[in-house]
Amino acid sequence: MTRFITSSFSHLILLIGILIMVVPVWMIFASSTHTSSMINMNGLQMFLGDSFYENYLRVLLYQGGFFKEITALKMFFNSFIMATGVAILSVVTSLMAAYALVYYRIKHATLLFWIIFITILVPLELRIFPTYSVMAELNLVNSYFGLIVPISASAIATLFFRQFYKTVPDELLESAKLDGANTWRFFVDFLIPLSKTMIVAMLIFMFVFGYNQYLWPLLVTTSEQYWTVVMGLKMMSGSIVHRFAFVMMSMVPPILIIIVLQKHFIKGVFQDK
Amino acid sequence: MKKVQFKSSYSQYLFLAPQLGILLIFLYWPIIQTFRDAFTMQDAFGFGAQFVWFDNFLFIFDDPAYFIAFKFTIIYSFVITLITGSIGLLLAVQANNVMHGKSTYKTLLIWPYAIAPAVVGVMANYFFSERFGLLYHLFHELWGFNWYESVFDSYIYVIIAGSWKQISANFIFFLAGLQAIQKSVIEASMIDCKNSFRRFWTITFPLLMPTTFFLIIINITYAFFDTFGIIDTTTIGAPSGETRTLVYKAYMDGFRGLDLGSAGAQSIMMMLIVLVITIFQFRYIEGKIHYN
Repeated sequence: MTRFITSSFSHLILLIGILIMVVPVWMIFASSTHTSSMINMNGLQMFLGDSFYENYLRVLLYQGGFFKEITALKMFFNSFIMATGVAILSVVTSLMAAYALVYYRIKHATLLFWIIFITILVPLELRIFPTYSVMAELNLVNSYFGLIVPISASAIATLFFRQFYKTVPDELLESAKLDGANTWRFFVDFLIPLSKTMIVAMLIFMFVFGYNQYLWPLLVTTSEQYWTVVMGLKMMSGSIVHRFAFVMMSMVPPILIIIVLQKHFIKGVFQDK
Repeated sequence: MKKVQFKSSYSQYLFLAPQLGILLIFLYWPIIQTFRDAFTMQDAFGFGAQFVWFDNFLFIFDDPAYFIAFKFTIIYSFVITLITGSIGLLLAVQANNVMHGKSTYKTLLIWPYAIAPAVVGVMANYFFSERFGLLYHLFHELWGFNWYESVFDSYIYVIIAGSWKQISANFIFFLAGLQAIQKSVIEASMIDCKNSFRRFWTITFPLLMPTTFFLIIINITYAFFDTFGIIDTTTIGAPSGETRTLVYKAYMDGFRGLDLGSAGAQSIMMMLIVLVITIFQFRYIEGKIHYN
């Protein structure tokens, strides 16, 4: 009986927690399927209306922005390019750097270690204007390259890969060497397949990180052609239900990725087998 | 370090080159420029810059707005850490308790983590709008809530907006921490201590210390830096600058005010704060917690 009471209590608390998470998002979604006059008269809605297709299609295809040059569809495309670019670039460079740090006897190894890892303490927000002027000098403002590379300058994944490589038994390299594998073959044929879970977790983490960037795209894209979804939220005009619809669509990609790939993400980050 | 390693005169540098190259050009170069900005002053027409030692720092210390932002940032990080940490822990303990549906609960609580702070801010906007915001009207009925004018009310607004998605992150890490505790420890404690409440605070919670301190750092970093998107889409500093974080103020001074010297000096102050927190974490906390 006590067991039953305590477990009912647990379920109740969890249910309240879920409601706090779900209800606000649900209300914005339900409201996004109504007409603007309905919202203006009656406020946010709990139940679905019947303007779903109308509102969402309009938001996706409407030419917005100051110069009416960009659609939400194009913003999604830009965000996708940016997030994928950030994920791949940062994970590939981190995999390689961590490999050199763990599997090589390097001169000045401690110095190199600090040069790489101290950067975790200096997020982009702290060097945003100088980064912008570097991009301007290199003529990279308003380009995918400009959106992607400064965000990929991160050693967080390197830290995770380094921790992971250190748990790989020494025997793996010994046997690989007996098989005649050189450094490149060992990296590609042995270590990368072994790090698959960690690689997937880091790709997810960096994709969401790249997709969710707000301040940097705001600064580095003066041309509407390169606007991303998250920054576009502030830029797009439109009536209230169209804003609701845009907000709803903007959160779909990262949420979907986290939910679908949840197991890999948690497995990689917490290294449980 | 590995006992068996590669020895080579150049190939390790090929592996290091891409990341080091990106870090040098897009991180170290801008940091050096930040220092240069912080110690120089642009003339009014932007034609030249003059080395002014610590003048930019003295100016920000003389600026009451800087201390308002400083105070808010400290309060904001403290309250967000406290709220999201305790709710995250409470939910994680319950999710770890239940026999059935553990993974369903996990899925249903994990997803807000993925939403961008700026998107959360835009959503919060709708719930705190004077026209049809549910929370605005609820709080207004209760105590005359008005975030356009009251500092306390604007704090409540940005704290709710800032805490909401961060509960998820705390929940995930606490749950992982709880699941990592060995079954035998829990079973032994069940024999020794019948009171489950006392058992949690004397056995389980001390074992969660590494997770707790990790999350404190994560939450402080979040409140310092990631909340930019939340402030910029909710109060924009309303009533009159009281809800600006240090990052937000530095950005506004640099972008709107075009005062790169001040923005640089403010950035360096923040680097110092982050450095102090990190050293504190390594020096005093890492040594005092128990890992099982």
